[in-house]
Amino acid sequence: MSVVLEARDVTFSFGQTPALRGASVAVEAGEILAVMGPSGSGKSTLLHCLAGILVPSSGEVLFDGARVDAMPETQRSSLRRDRFGFVFQFGQLVPELTAVENVALPLLLSGVHRKQALPRAGAWFARLGLDGLEQRRSGELSGGQAQRVALARGLVAEPQVLFADEPTGALDSLTGEHVMDLLVSAAREQGTTVILVTHEARIAAYADREVMVRDGRVNAPDRIAS
Amino acid sequence: MSVPLTLLGLLEREPSHGYDLKRDYDAFFGRGKPLPFGQVYSTLSRLARDGKVVISDVAPGSGPDRKRYVITDVGATEVEQWLTQPVDPEPHLQTVLFAKVVLALMLDRPAAEYLDTQRSAHLHRMRELTEIKRAGNLVDALLADHGLYHLEADLRWIEMTGARLDALRKEVRP
Repeated sequence: MSVVLEARDVTFSFGQTPALRGASVAVEAGEILAVMGPSGSGKSTLLHCLAGILVPSSGEVLFDGARVDAMPETQRSSLRRDRFGFVFQFGQLVPELTAVENVALPLLLSGVHRKQALPRAGAWFARLGLDGLEQRRSGELSGGQAQRVALARGLVAEPQVLFADEPTGALDSLTGEHVMDLLVSAAREQGTTVILVTHEARIAAYADREVMVRDGRVNAPDRIAS
Repeated sequence: MSVPLTLLGLLEREPSHGYDLKRDYDAFFGRGKPLPFGQVYSTLSRLARDGKVVISDVAPGSGPDRKRYVITDVGATEVEQWLTQPVDPEPHLQTVLFAKVVLALMLDRPAAEYLDTQRSAHLHRMRELTEIKRAGNLVDALLADHGLYHLEADLRWIEMTGARLDALRKEVRP
């Protein structure tokens, strides 16, 4: 397997407060990597640097060999739109749009015509057990349903990398595990690489391996042979 | 709790008499269940027989002779291996993990690294159970869940302990 995404000795500070102090991690294509660590350890900041949302103060971020940290914002924005997908803790669906329009959003933003985008988005509803909810708005969905819609939105454009930041953090255990089960199945089917930030071991156990972020550094335990 | 390994660990800290070993064991690891003198001396005899400790001197007195025990290289190697190898991730490990952490701090060993190794072993087992759960039926899932919840409890303890190592070190190495 080849490395698709890598952070090399990345530092980042919020004002005077350092969040990353030389974090390095490499993710292989198709791998599901759990990034674990206590609150405030820097795991979400690392995810944002890997995704090109934040630009590190020093160090390098490479996606498919290209320096993400050296790209201008417009190029990073295209990368996030066309190659990356995102799922956040609270779904962050657009409340004015229907569920199916929310799922179609990445396609529409990439220039896919609405006539093609909506059926492609609609196909995800059966896949994720959301039949009949296409026309609901986010306020009319349960937490688990909304998060599955967010997951469909993250995967609809078949991104190379899906960034999932505490995707089950707002859900109860059973619903959270259902969402993870769907996330892993869909990612494996599409061959999508997943960076999964979580502080929950039961959620991290869905990944292929885990790294620990502590005090802004990454501690990758030796792999234990299966 | 492995009494022989815990006594060996205490001996690595410093050579001791049986009485002192029992006192320290009870203080740090006994938790309301003192180690009987008979078990202390029978354990030390076995450790001596197996070449893991030797008797350095005997102080005669009116009562039983006071033997001073010293750990050997064989014994020290066994303690090192025990501390660095993760425990098989099974439920109800707290006493073993607890003994390892306290001894590691007493001996100025890298307790945080041991906890990381243990966390990794736990997560590895949790991945296996998660796969069983995803691939199996509901009965398999229920069984896997039981193991997962217990391992998760261990992991929470590992996290809490990891966050308290500095304070713990002060308590066990005054």
